[in-house]
Amino acid sequence: MLNKTRLVARYTAGERMNHWFVAMTFILLALSGLALFHPFFFFLTNLFGGGPWTRILHPFIGVVMFVSFLSLVVKFWSNNFITRADLEWQKHLGEILANTATDLPEVGKYNIGQKYLFWALVVIIPTLVLTGFVIWRPYFAAFFPIPVIRVAVLVHSVAAFIAISAIIVHIYAAIWTSGSIRAMTRGTVSAAWAKHHHAAWYKKVTEENKL
Amino acid sequence: MALQTLDIQRRSATTTPSPDVRQNLQTIEVAKLIDVSKCIGCKACQSACMEWNDVRDEIGVNVGVYDNPPDLTADSWTVMRFSEVEVEKDKLEWLIRKDGCMHCADPGCLKACPSPGAIIQYSNGIVDFQEEHCIGCGYCIAGCPFNVPRISKKDNKAYKCTLCSDRVGVGMEPACVKSCPTGALVFGSKEDMIGHATGRIVDLKERGYANAGLYDPQGVGGTHVMYVLQHADQPELYHGLPKNPSISVMVSLWKGVTKPLMSLGLGFVALAGFFHFIKVGPSKEDESEHESEPH
Ligand code: HEM
Ligand code: SF4
Repeated sequence: MLNKTRLVARYTAGERMNHWFVAMTFILLALSGLALFHPFFFFLTNLFGGGPWTRILHPFIGVVMFVSFLSLVVKFWSNNFITRADLEWQKHLGEILANTATDLPEVGKYNIGQKYLFWALVVIIPTLVLTGFVIWRPYFAAFFPIPVIRVAVLVHSVAAFIAISAIIVHIYAAIWTSGSIRAMTRGTVSAAWAKHHHAAWYKKVTEENKL
Repeated sequence: MALQTLDIQRRSATTTPSPDVRQNLQTIEVAKLIDVSKCIGCKACQSACMEWNDVRDEIGVNVGVYDNPPDLTADSWTVMRFSEVEVEKDKLEWLIRKDGCMHCADPGCLKACPSPGAIIQYSNGIVDFQEEHCIGCGYCIAGCPFNVPRISKKDNKAYKCTLCSDRVGVGMEPACVKSCPTGALVFGSKEDMIGHATGRIVDLKERGYANAGLYDPQGVGGTHVMYVLQHADQPELYHGLPKNPSISVMVSLWKGVTKPLMSLGLGFVALAGFFHFIKVGPSKEDESEHESEPH
């Protein structure tokens, strides 16, 4: 029975705090951005103290999010290279999603879905920052010609849509894969969880611990 | 409501009908006609605009041309643009165009604005900003095909010509029209203004301006401020008046069907997750994996 609760460390306190800081600022950005996205969401401005406050706060939160996101990217970078085993694993995606997969290739610290999310955000968050600056009033937009602003605001809204969709999938995946959330809240996962979902990573950390 | 006496045809960021109780009475579409050929550049209209609307721009500096101030601002809703051109060689022409909001039938600003009711279009065609609802995002600037709206540095709200909606709503003509000493500015129903322009164009053609014509660009559904131009074939001569203005494709892509589709998309992604869980349940390591753990 002891084995059942044997835990493997997955995230340091620093990584956890960094992750949740990015998560909080991202949610605030998504809510304040969506408020201006379509009239359907305009009521969200009430969460931020009205329309003008939403407009004022959004880009500042964006800059804070970007800086903390960069720090997270540096921490997670090296574990996100896609390997041959990942591509093999991807072929079984249908079974994996149906919870019927057996004998999957061994996965490292992250599976290919998590890696796609990582790289998608690595591209999209800087896109949001760059286009965000171009449309940022009253401070920066005046420096750009109107045709550039038009492209920037279109790209910003599409990029935001992709980012928010990706994060919804990310959140769902964390809920669906039971035992995952404690990795980011407590920093540890059960050994069984590690072996089942990230066998290669599990082997690596247990070997390191033996040394 | 902005003006109880006028119906609202369109309201920014609003998906339900606007106050429109008089719709069967067929409000008359209005228009201001600016006859460039009659304008002497005295700027009485600019002063009248400041007076009536009680806006005072900063005292600027002389930039070497008569344009003063040199551009539209949140405090200068109309500005005379002076262009020295030689349409025929060695025949200098001084073209003076009163610049300001064109009150498009299909307004790009209103299409772009994310704040419900910050921009409205009255049933008589006037496009009016309601600054108390403005959030200062500047989307109207991106939406406008004529580069007209300006955000005030004092309050971060967007301003532009109202076509004196407050005067028109009670049966008066706009302040600029009232002040014009030459009759270059006239105001009335759009139909009458087109009629008046037709007469002026005949006259100009007789006087040698073969390309005289009316500027009422159809790319924005026509405008409620129109020009009589001596060279209607080359509106660009008049300080870059666009030849075929229309709402930019970028703005249409941004504000068209993409937004509702993306909004639905987000809802779909969230629902897909929920129902996936309901269908297959959590992804979980099996009991055997717990048991076979090394010691
Ligand atoms: C440094 C990063 C960012 C900056 C500087 C920035 C800036 C801006 C600015 C200036 C606007 C125009 C409205 C306003 O002023 O509030 C805007 C709109 C928006 N932002 Fe951002 N943003 C950033 C990041 C993000 C992120 C990460 C998201 C998604 C989670 C996002 C989602 C949106 C959305 C959906 C809109 C509305 C677009 C539309 O109306 O079409 N932004 N952003
Ligand atoms: S600046 Fe004001 S009027 Fe212009 S689009 Fe934004 S909310 Fe609308």
